[in-house]
Amino acid sequence: MEAQQSHLWDYLPVILMAIVALGFVVTTLLLTHWLGPKRKTKIKNDAFECGIESQGNARTPFSIKYFLVAILFVLFDVEVIFMYPWAVNFRELGVFGLIEMFTFMGLMIVGLVYIIRKGALKWE
Amino acid sequence: MERNIDIHPKHQPDGFEGQGFFATSLDKAVGLARANSLWPLPFATSCCGIEFMATMASHYDLARFGSERMSFSPRQADLLMVMGTISKKMAPVLRQVYEQMAEPKWVLCMGACASSGGIFDTYSVLQGIDRIIPVDVYIPGCPPRPEQVLDGLLKIQELAKSESTRRRESPEYKEMLNSYGIE
Repeated sequence: MEAQQSHLWDYLPVILMAIVALGFVVTTLLLTHWLGPKRKTKIKNDAFECGIESQGNARTPFSIKYFLVAILFVLFDVEVIFMYPWAVNFRELGVFGLIEMFTFMGLMIVGLVYIIRKGALKWE
Repeated sequence: MERNIDIHPKHQPDGFEGQGFFATSLDKAVGLARANSLWPLPFATSCCGIEFMATMASHYDLARFGSERMSFSPRQADLLMVMGTISKKMAPVLRQVYEQMAEPKWVLCMGACASSGGIFDTYSVLQGIDRIIPVDVYIPGCPPRPEQVLDGLLKIQELAKSESTRRRESPEYKEMLNSYGIE
């Protein structure tokens, strides 16, 4: 049996294709920048807000509560997603599945009680 | 068996042709590319917009002319299609959208309202969008039929094809924009 040896030049077509692909992208980008007319005014460079003048800065700080509620929603949303496969295989998994899921949900409920006691969902 | 099929592109620019190649000036090549890939920004405010929807749908199919890609941001649009009544409250918005479009840009004015105010000869309606922005092609009608919209687009394509690549940097162009108070 012949030993299979790979040489760098075996990859030459691949390398060549990569160079051509990259070269095409770079050339096209440069060419369009060079050929295309440009007109930069203050209004042109403003943020586009459907033709209405933009007011204020988009990067203003807002309350952490939004983030907290969003992340907690994702957490418990995923918990519900885990229940779907359990519901589909409810009979096959039997009592073992029931115990496992109740343990899982128990842990999540402990977490829920914890965040409520911590006041994470208090809006005011 | 060898078959000779003569293929003659309908809108071929002047150039040097040989076996398997075609050479033309840069202006014409760029013009061809621009004309056949116009990305419209539909600024539809009333019934002309409904007629435009028919133009975009399968029966009239604007995609045949390379314009199926609607752009709802002026940044990627080449063609501003103003379709419908522009009230005076809307005028600054239209103007802002036009000014924020990237060069080169064309304006297609569809219908009586956008062209002249149409039947709305009142205090609240702009009497033609050419009072605030330069217009390249007007489509008459109230509302125009989709065939007319296609014809208007083809006229814009003619403009795009024949435009010199330096036109947008010329002092005449800047002067024209300045006459509209732009820039």
